[in-house]
Amino acid sequence: MKKTLSGIFTAVIYIFLFAPLLVMVFFSFNESKSTSVFSGFSLRWYRELFASSDTVTALKNTLILALLSAFIATLIGTAAAVAISKMKRGAARSAVMTVTNIPMMNPDIVTGVSMMLLFVFVGRLIGSATSLSFATLLIAHITFNLPYVILNVLPKLRQTDRHLSEAAMDLGSTPLRAFFNVVLPQAYSGILSGFLMAFTLSLDDFVISYYTNGATFQTLPLKIFAMTKKTVKPDMYALSSVIFVTVLVLLVVSNLIGNNQEKKAVRKN
Amino acid sequence: MEKRKALIELKNITVTFDGEKVLDDLSLSIGDGEFVTLLGSSGCGKTTTLRIIAGFTEPDAGQVFFGSKDMNGVPPHKREVNTIFQRYALFPHYNVYDNIAYGLRVRHIPEAEIKEQVADMLRLINMQGFEKRSVTKLSGGQQQRVAIARALILKPKVLLLDEPLAALDLKLRKDMQNELKNIQKQLGITFIYVTHDQEEALSMSDTVVVMNQGKIQQIGTPVDIYNEPQNAFVADFIGESNILDGVMKCDFEAVFAGHTFRCLDSGFSEGEAVDVVVRPEDVDITSPENGMVEGVVTSVTFRGVHFEIIVDIGGFKWMIQTTDEHREGDRVGLFIEPDAIHIMKKSEYSGLYGDYSSYSDEIDELSDTSEE
Repeated sequence: MKKTLSGIFTAVIYIFLFAPLLVMVFFSFNESKSTSVFSGFSLRWYRELFASSDTVTALKNTLILALLSAFIATLIGTAAAVAISKMKRGAARSAVMTVTNIPMMNPDIVTGVSMMLLFVFVGRLIGSATSLSFATLLIAHITFNLPYVILNVLPKLRQTDRHLSEAAMDLGSTPLRAFFNVVLPQAYSGILSGFLMAFTLSLDDFVISYYTNGATFQTLPLKIFAMTKKTVKPDMYALSSVIFVTVLVLLVVSNLIGNNQEKKAVRKN
Repeated sequence: MEKRKALIELKNITVTFDGEKVLDDLSLSIGDGEFVTLLGSSGCGKTTTLRIIAGFTEPDAGQVFFGSKDMNGVPPHKREVNTIFQRYALFPHYNVYDNIAYGLRVRHIPEAEIKEQVADMLRLINMQGFEKRSVTKLSGGQQQRVAIARALILKPKVLLLDEPLAALDLKLRKDMQNELKNIQKQLGITFIYVTHDQEEALSMSDTVVVMNQGKIQQIGTPVDIYNEPQNAFVADFIGESNILDGVMKCDFEAVFAGHTFRCLDSGFSEGEAVDVVVRPEDVDITSPENGMVEGVVTSVTFRGVHFEIIVDIGGFKWMIQTTDEHREGDRVGLFIEPDAIHIMKKSEYSGLYGDYSSYSDEIDELSDTSEE
């Protein structure tokens, strides 16, 4: 009895979570424009989607932005995590951690608006007319990606035996070499999952991008939003489906990495 | 013992962590080829002393000399000592070969030569054929050996060992003790060995340094440390001891437990208050009439090779080890030979140890990871 109830409960939750997505994916394969009648399977909307140069450009932009911002955020975030892990416990460290978490906890709209203000303000100061551009968008994305990278890398560094780098130095390697030879490989999985998370977050960000992008650089979420302002055409379903599947794949990959690491850790003990 | 050249010298080292003195004006000289053990319970500063020598911790005051060279400010990777860490600190993402080869690779030795030397090392630790094995799949003893090989391949003059056997089980620990001692003799290098296990210290070392609260309590050969402890702390820490308050009547005569005993100690002033040490195995039990003092057996514990008997004499509880069987409540006499009595000057540790009133089976501390 209890089992069936909890089974039903789980099923209902999953239906609520995934029904909208499934409906969308389903209708992205619809032959006609209708969103109520399924008149036959077709890839028409996908074809149309990729035929539109606007959309393809937006997709390319999104990928470039996501890759670049995730990459830079991973570099900075890993360095930050290393520094934080070396800090002594205390007020300074909790202060740093709190500041780190602000971009994550802050509502996107607040982050977005405040960043726009900052960019415009600084733009005026340096006398630039078009202060919002690809650069500002990139900075914004790096900013909100950073805490996720730090939060993924930090635990890995904490788990790492502190004596490992000491052992490497003891055997004659410089502190820098010890770090790259011994410490970094231990944090590798955290760095990778941090990168993937940053990548997906950047990929689907709308609110912050909306306020910080320039007129010339449009990402996919922005493009979709612009499209919905006119009429909602099924090519948008196709587009959304593509994004959904991409994110899903990335999530699965990052989970697999995590699981693998855990298994290794278990074996070690 | 021949006079050895000092290889490492610590002069007036003081280290403070968060306002707490971990090492307090510590001076120590270590000779070439010596097996020196730093012995003490956790928090006594023994690991910190090792880290000072390795260069992981800088002293707040005092100097470290390697030969005549002042090592203050020299980073660990430029010091010609190598360390065996408590939990080995093998590089988990490398296999056995790469772990052992690491130090040579850092020094840009040609790979062909590295191969030869690693093979030599694997022979030394008796692990031929393990080259490609992942270190995470080795047993504790094997990991220990790889750690030793990784350090010894650099042919250090001094090897620092931080509780290297603490993570092993008893049987393996005994085997590894012998193995380490053999390696040390074979290679003729200096070992500085940190442990909290007094048995290990006594059986392996040329010199034992007993430490407590950041200070050296006594330096000496294992036999000296056991037979001639300098204060109540050392007497209690090394083996079991009955430590009593006594008074020197004159040279070779001491009064304690309400009786005047003949002893072999002299050089105290008449009527000086002293601490008297009597080891539990040096006390003979006789009938009450034949004993020098008499008391009541309050507890008997069977230990295998002997019984551990607690005897109450005028409120002080003695521990006595004997192979004869006695029962609780028996009245017995104690007989103590003059050479079984050791007299010590009073110290800050007087009265803290050596009474078995609250005696219970002591639990060995496992390791001191809290230190550092």
